[in-house]
Amino acid sequence: MTLPLILFYAFGAILIGSALAVVTARNSVHAALWLVLTFFTSACIWLLLHAEFLAIVLVLVYVGAVMVLFLFVVMMLDVKVAPLREGFVRHLPVGLLVAGVMLAEMLGLIGFGKLNEGGALVDAAAAQGLSNTEWLGRTLFSDYILPFEIAAVILTVAIIAAVALTLRHRPNVRSQDPSAQAAVRSQDRIRIVEIASANKETP
Amino acid sequence: MTAITRYLKSLMLLELLKGMSITGRYFTRPKYTVHYPEETIPKSNRFRGLHALRRYANGEERCIACKLCEAVCPALAITIDSEPRADGSRRTTRYDIDLFKCIFCGFCEESCPVDSIVETHIHEYHFEARGENIVNKQQLLAIGDRYEAEIAAARAQDAAFR
Amino acid sequence: MIDQIQHAWTWLHSDAASAVLIFTTIKILLITVPLILCVAFFTLWERKVIGWMQVRKGPTYIGKGILQPFADVFKLLFKELIIPSEANRVLFYLAPLLALVPAFAAWSVIPFDAQVVLSNSNAGLLFLLAMTSMGVYGIILAGWASNSKYAFLGAMRAAAQMVSYEIAMGFSIVGVLIAAGSLNLTRIVEAQAGNGGMFEWFWLPLLPLFVIYFISGVAETNRAPFDVSEGESEIVAGFHVEYAGSAFALFFLAEYANMILICFLASILFLGGWLSPFPESWGLVGTAGWWWLLLKANFFAFLYLWFRATFPRYRYDQIMRLGWKVFIPITIVWVLVTGIMVYCGWLLPGE
Repeated sequence: MTLPLILFYAFGAILIGSALAVVTARNSVHAALWLVLTFFTSACIWLLLHAEFLAIVLVLVYVGAVMVLFLFVVMMLDVKVAPLREGFVRHLPVGLLVAGVMLAEMLGLIGFGKLNEGGALVDAAAAQGLSNTEWLGRTLFSDYILPFEIAAVILTVAIIAAVALTLRHRPNVRSQDPSAQAAVRSQDRIRIVEIASANKETP
Repeated sequence: MTAITRYLKSLMLLELLKGMSITGRYFTRPKYTVHYPEETIPKSNRFRGLHALRRYANGEERCIACKLCEAVCPALAITIDSEPRADGSRRTTRYDIDLFKCIFCGFCEESCPVDSIVETHIHEYHFEARGENIVNKQQLLAIGDRYEAEIAAARAQDAAFR
Repeated sequence: MIDQIQHAWTWLHSDAASAVLIFTTIKILLITVPLILCVAFFTLWERKVIGWMQVRKGPTYIGKGILQPFADVFKLLFKELIIPSEANRVLFYLAPLLALVPAFAAWSVIPFDAQVVLSNSNAGLLFLLAMTSMGVYGIILAGWASNSKYAFLGAMRAAAQMVSYEIAMGFSIVGVLIAAGSLNLTRIVEAQAGNGGMFEWFWLPLLPLFVIYFISGVAETNRAPFDVSEGESEIVAGFHVEYAGSAFALFFLAEYANMILICFLASILFLGGWLSPFPESWGLVGTAGWWWLLLKANFFAFLYLWFRATFPRYRYDQIMRLGWKVFIPITIVWVLVTGIMVYCGWLLPGE
């Protein structure tokens, strides 16, 4: 058993353990934190597979940004634990069904991939003598440029849609406009007026 | 047009650089820190610190229990009880100052017809238990006895202006 | 004796698992111990500089003021750790560590000289971004686990601010990537080498990105004038209100380690790292070396303190406005401009 293999099993155990903890944790903040650990461990496993770029992007995007916002929301909400657990038994069959279907799909995919490639995984980056990051960049922006750009447009549309749905200009609400406040000058606020009585005594 | 020039000006961070140039200039100026317990700055003879009750040179306490200080005190920090003494003179039996209430305005000192209650130059004192903030007649007289020379000197310096 | 040392030296460089482990540990210590000392003296330098700018002298008592950081450290270490009774104990203890680990981990990819780097990773810059974005967990958890409203408000502010400014920071780094053609920090510095000395560095073609990078760095480390997450006048001390003693010291250490990291990064990405500001033909002053990197990082560290002594704190909504409405648009435009410069050949990537 080599060191990478030992590490793989260790990370795998942590990954499965923390993933289980995500769904069993009573406190929603704890669940979110377990999810952070899950992401982080999967990034470690990717690193073991020499997918440096993907692993770091996973940490950067999911751990660094998405989960922070997730935690942000979860902490702000005062989620009561008891009501959430009420429907557990009732929803269990549906949950198990979905899990089973997902498992079958994944197994199918893996089996299909194995059959297709004759069981051996090919490291495309190493085959071309490029670093993982470089190969990924070249492939994304040459072979897959259209799907990549379409994905980008879809995401942008989603952001704009979300903003448009939640942005409401309510006429009766008084609110500050920081841009206008930052642009203010002294001339807008005060006026220097010459008053006769304030004139200096003429010599 | 002005909006555009203003926008460009704000992008050049001129105001921020101006502020930083001011602090940068002070960075090299001479510094004025006084190392307090070792160094002190001169104190005025009119400094108003801890209170004291004075005596005459023959040892007789000056206070005649006129209660002018009690009346004038804006913070109601002074409490006085008085009784005739055996020799028939009017004297205080109680003279308490609550130093937590006192605002050190100096009115008691100004109002005193016999220069009995004074405020000394002492400003370094502390209390270690609740209740010690109320100083009584004996304590005030003791302070007066201890610092009489300095109190008298400060009064003498200021006498021409009273 | 010398033979033994030589023997140990060759063993350290061998491929044996234990040798690699020990050698790496030594290298890590060689980075972290000076870093911790730097943090200690940076706090002293901060108090001195701010004092001088306010016409004061700053600390002068313990060892003429020079030993003041050690007094502070010992005071903090010997103080009692107080845990609020309603706090979440595990997370309360975990939070300072979560703040500290990324702050130190990021140092592993920082090159100090042409060959002096712990891990010469090909994705070094991304790793740095990932690590700096992880630092926010310590702050959020500290705020939440303390079960105090002030701490929670501070944590919320810090989280929103760090997530916002990360974007502007990321875009300015993208500009550097385009100009350097590499994610490797050593190669980014090498890309800035040339006969023109300081005019070959990236700060000139990427001036807006340079300015925005450093300002975002100040915001990312929650320092004045962007220190709303601590905001003494509004929310006492922000996310670390409830922390005392060594736990507080760890937060302090993480914050200052991050500050110094930003200083080093700004020097490496935009001011040519260990390259000399003078042309190579000038002899000794034109020689590249780690001392230039330290000098440049020192300059940025001084700027941090200068900012703190000069500017009043930003209001929270104005911080958000600055991040989203000013910095992000400018960086996006300048990334485009950089792309055009590279496309037209005015700026050759990797040279």
